[in-house]
Amino acid sequence: MASKIDKVFYDIGRLEILAEQNSPIHRLDPRAKLLVTIFFVLAVVSYGKYAIADLLPFFLYPAIIIGLANLPVGYLLKKLLIVSPFVLFIGIFNPFIDREIMVQFGPLAISGGWVSFASLLLRFSLTVGAALLLIAITSFPAVCGALDKMGAPRILTVQLLMLYRYLFVLVEEGIRMIRAHALRSFSRRRPRYRIYLQLLGNLLLRTIDRAQRIHLAMLSRAFSGEIKTVRQFNFGRSELLFLLLATGALITLRTTHLTDLLGRLLLEISQ
Amino acid sequence: MSHHIVEVKDLAFTYPDRTPALQGISFRIHHGESVAIVGANGAGKSTLLLHLNGYLTPTGGQVRIGDYPLTRETLREVRRTVGMVFQDPDDQLFMSTVFDDVAFGPLNLDLPVDEVTARVDKALATVGLSHLKERPPHRLSSGQKRRVAIASVLSMAPDILVMDEPSSGLDPRARRQLIELLRSFHHTKIIATHDLDMVVDLCERTIVMHEGRVKADGPTMAIFGDAELLESCCLEKPLRMQGCPLCNK
Repeated sequence: MASKIDKVFYDIGRLEILAEQNSPIHRLDPRAKLLVTIFFVLAVVSYGKYAIADLLPFFLYPAIIIGLANLPVGYLLKKLLIVSPFVLFIGIFNPFIDREIMVQFGPLAISGGWVSFASLLLRFSLTVGAALLLIAITSFPAVCGALDKMGAPRILTVQLLMLYRYLFVLVEEGIRMIRAHALRSFSRRRPRYRIYLQLLGNLLLRTIDRAQRIHLAMLSRAFSGEIKTVRQFNFGRSELLFLLLATGALITLRTTHLTDLLGRLLLEISQ
Repeated sequence: MSHHIVEVKDLAFTYPDRTPALQGISFRIHHGESVAIVGANGAGKSTLLLHLNGYLTPTGGQVRIGDYPLTRETLREVRRTVGMVFQDPDDQLFMSTVFDDVAFGPLNLDLPVDEVTARVDKALATVGLSHLKERPPHRLSSGQKRRVAIASVLSMAPDILVMDEPSSGLDPRARRQLIELLRSFHHTKIIATHDLDMVVDLCERTIVMHEGRVKADGPTMAIFGDAELLESCCLEKPLRMQGCPLCNK
């Protein structure tokens, strides 16, 4: 039980270490990467609900980024798998609701529901994968910094940063409490729910205490209500090139039917 | 240099739940002095420290930092003058990188960006951690965190350093390095601690607190030589001033 939490927790650290690498992709200004990711997600979700073939070429983007940034594919796939139950639950009813036959492969008839379900899965892997990639090539704080620079409300970005910073402290505190419970609960495997409630309440109180101490630390350093940062961002020629190339490619993909073209090309060659 | 003086006069403070924490504390600390505040748990050390930068408002008496009495108007100036290092560095390092943390104070003082960067670099060089500038604080060791916490205060160029338990939770070497680091500072230092051996190394003067009062105030060696006094305040002689338990000398 506790060891599972430990493991998930240290996994976040791994994502952070990945973001500290020094590849041409990592060196790009976070804003450029954020913009490209947003465009990518928009392009992917803009397709109709039965789109499958048109979505496939979009896997080129993660493939290229993973290659250039030297990221471990297996690790990222595992992360995707962890989130996948959510989308599975959302999409699983499609095949039951939408039973109209759409594709016929000989004796095998595939209903519209299955097609839209598959499309949903593809879109999930592309969009969530892109977000995950963004963190792995930029780091979470840098993404927040980019959001801030691009005009997102300061209060939002600061909240996100604080959340991220204290996530680690909070989880560690939680782990210590669960460990302390596990060591004294002997044969009982899982804490009873009432005890869970107490643990949570305790955690909340500790959090409030800590928030007070953090506020005190901020006040002692002349805090006056606004968090200021110096962040040197450099949107230079390579960022522009990256942005143009990526958006160009995305627009091309979105406006042409690449899979269709390739298929027809193959057929023509074989004839 | 009168502006580095810390003067506390008849300071009294009672918590809202009516726990009397401080009951008439008075002392005067001069420029460049290094003073330890020792006492049992609950003697009022931390409460006293929280008055020195105006976080708590006394229910009686007065605090003077330099030429100003501590009031609402002088709060900003006082907080720049008095650098506070807290016990748990996780409370003090709340930004997402070491750099941002050390830059937090100077930026709030509205210094120009060049000056801020210069100060951050200098503060980090002082504590010997320039290479960790871009690290997130949660991936530092306890010793490193403590030094970054100190750097985050140094970057505001305070005249007075106030520290709560600076050596707690450190391994022997990190503790030794911290002591050497603190020894190299020329600031006025006020250190609340249970680490009496560190006091012997760093502070020529010691204030002993007991149940919200000043029980003794004098040269460190004289105070630690007074076994009766220490006993009555739930303290013990520093280890190095005790006889050797192995050879009974």
